[in-house]
Amino acid sequence: MNIQLLDIAHARSGDKGDTANVGLIALRPEWYPILDRYVTAAAVTAHFAGGIDGPVERFDLPNLKALNFLLHGALDGGGTLSLKTDAQGKVFSTALLRMRIDVPDDEAVAAGMSARGAR
Amino acid sequence: MKDVVRVAGGQGFWGDSLDAPRQQVEGGQVDYLMLDYLAEVTMSILQKQKERDSSMGYARDFVGAMESVLPAVCERDVKVIANAGGVNPPACAAAVRKLAESNGVSDKVRIAVVTGDDLLGRIDELLEAGHSLSNMETGDALASIRDQVLSANAYIGSSPIVEGLARGANVVITGRSTDTALTMAPFRYEFEWSDTDWNKLAAGIVAGHIIECGAQCSGGNCLIDWRSIPDLANVGYPIAEAHEDGTFVITKHDGTGGRVSVASVTEQLVYEMGDPHEYITPDVVADFTTIQLEQDGENRVRVHGIQGRPATDKLKVSIAYRAGFKAVGTLVYSWPEALDKAKLADTILRERLDRLGLHFDQILTEFVGATATHGSLANSSASVPDYPEVQLRFGVRGQDRRAVERFTREIAPLVLNGPPSVTGFAGGRPKVEEIVAYWPALIDKRVVQTKVELV
Repeated sequence: MNIQLLDIAHARSGDKGDTANVGLIALRPEWYPILDRYVTAAAVTAHFAGGIDGPVERFDLPNLKALNFLLHGALDGGGTLSLKTDAQGKVFSTALLRMRIDVPDDEAVAAGMSARGAR
Repeated sequence: MKDVVRVAGGQGFWGDSLDAPRQQVEGGQVDYLMLDYLAEVTMSILQKQKERDSSMGYARDFVGAMESVLPAVCERDVKVIANAGGVNPPACAAAVRKLAESNGVSDKVRIAVVTGDDLLGRIDELLEAGHSLSNMETGDALASIRDQVLSANAYIGSSPIVEGLARGANVVITGRSTDTALTMAPFRYEFEWSDTDWNKLAAGIVAGHIIECGAQCSGGNCLIDWRSIPDLANVGYPIAEAHEDGTFVITKHDGTGGRVSVASVTEQLVYEMGDPHEYITPDVVADFTTIQLEQDGENRVRVHGIQGRPATDKLKVSIAYRAGFKAVGTLVYSWPEALDKAKLADTILRERLDRLGLHFDQILTEFVGATATHGSLANSSASVPDYPEVQLRFGVRGQDRRAVERFTREIAPLVLNGPPSVTGFAGGRPKVEEIVAYWPALIDKRVVQTKVELV
């Protein structure tokens, strides 16, 4: 099953210097293991390929059913140096929610997912 | 000792709602009003103001906020804690003192001023003593920008605020306190938490992180179910209700809009998060992977389980420095083929700047409405749509002010001598801005001595 993160997660993002952070939060607790397994740092790096300069780090918050991604070199210098509209990384959250993941059908069905998530 | 202490967040940054502080003290019972005014860049703006006028350099909105909450402070014992002092806390205190006098309540307002975070006048002394103040992110030595430094402030913790409260203040004004210390300090004071009670201190820090951005935890900028969030026009700002054991509830006043839910609080918890295992503050290192949330009735979220570890022996220093000039110009191109017109204008503009011999450290073009925020992700699978309009947004950055100024004269001519169907230039020439950039560093805690004075 091919699923867009928008249908199984919500998110908020912000900045620290030239790094954007995106917190990705499962819309249902039982979907956290799916995020954990398929939204890897490597997958997120591939999603943002060409858009950011540095590596992607991932930290896990199973207590909040959330993953935190640090996208280094994402903000064109960051802060006041950046010429970007989104110099503070406020909408990298929604850019991550565009990402699609392939989840085996049996696993997706067992987690109560349809191709349109909860919607 | 109180059973519960309520700290209300009434300001998420300098520029946030002017009415929120008053609404927080009038909407229901609170013990403390916490106002966070300082962002990284704010300190340098304040330093520039202080250079022009030595009685300035603080967040002036705070004086208006104080005026609006004076009845609560004087008659209902609500205490105010704010980092509104910026780079001139004594001047901020003097302005509040004057306000109290003109309102005939000078005897009821007891102000504590916290100083000692300002390191601007000590930089050379610190460098000579072997404190490198090198950039935490790049490792670069401060020497590379020493002559451009505008402000330098250590992020300080809760101790001086606790001292101010213990000495009887009902208004505590600080400079560069951490945002989270403003919330943790009153809990630490009221519940007499020791300075090594790591789990409780960490809980206070987490409460601070949740409410330091104002309504961003109570329905504002909340993505989940955003259409259903009620009455954002009357959004309720957050309140942290803590107990001695460090557990707390995030809520808001009855009758206000917005929403406090596990999801809304979680969105705020992950905002600007780094490594969640170590959220480093001057008082404690909090572990965000230990936070437990549960819904505790409508618009109430209970927070517990938080663990902390001993603080490090360093303080973070926020240094601001002059880093050149920038300007951003925009034009709007309309259907048909709006994006192609904007792209042609971009090509023409770049060629003209080149022919003029203007060189910049950076040029950035964005096509707002098409790819400005999501880049190629926006059109990755489908064909590019024929947008109703696209805004060309063209920015330059460099060290030579004259080159940036010359660039600002090249936008308007495109209206007559570039691609067709262009509008949206009524704002005039782009403004040249001096860039004040941010240089994060670390310093040995022992060299920063804070001072608390009652004025």
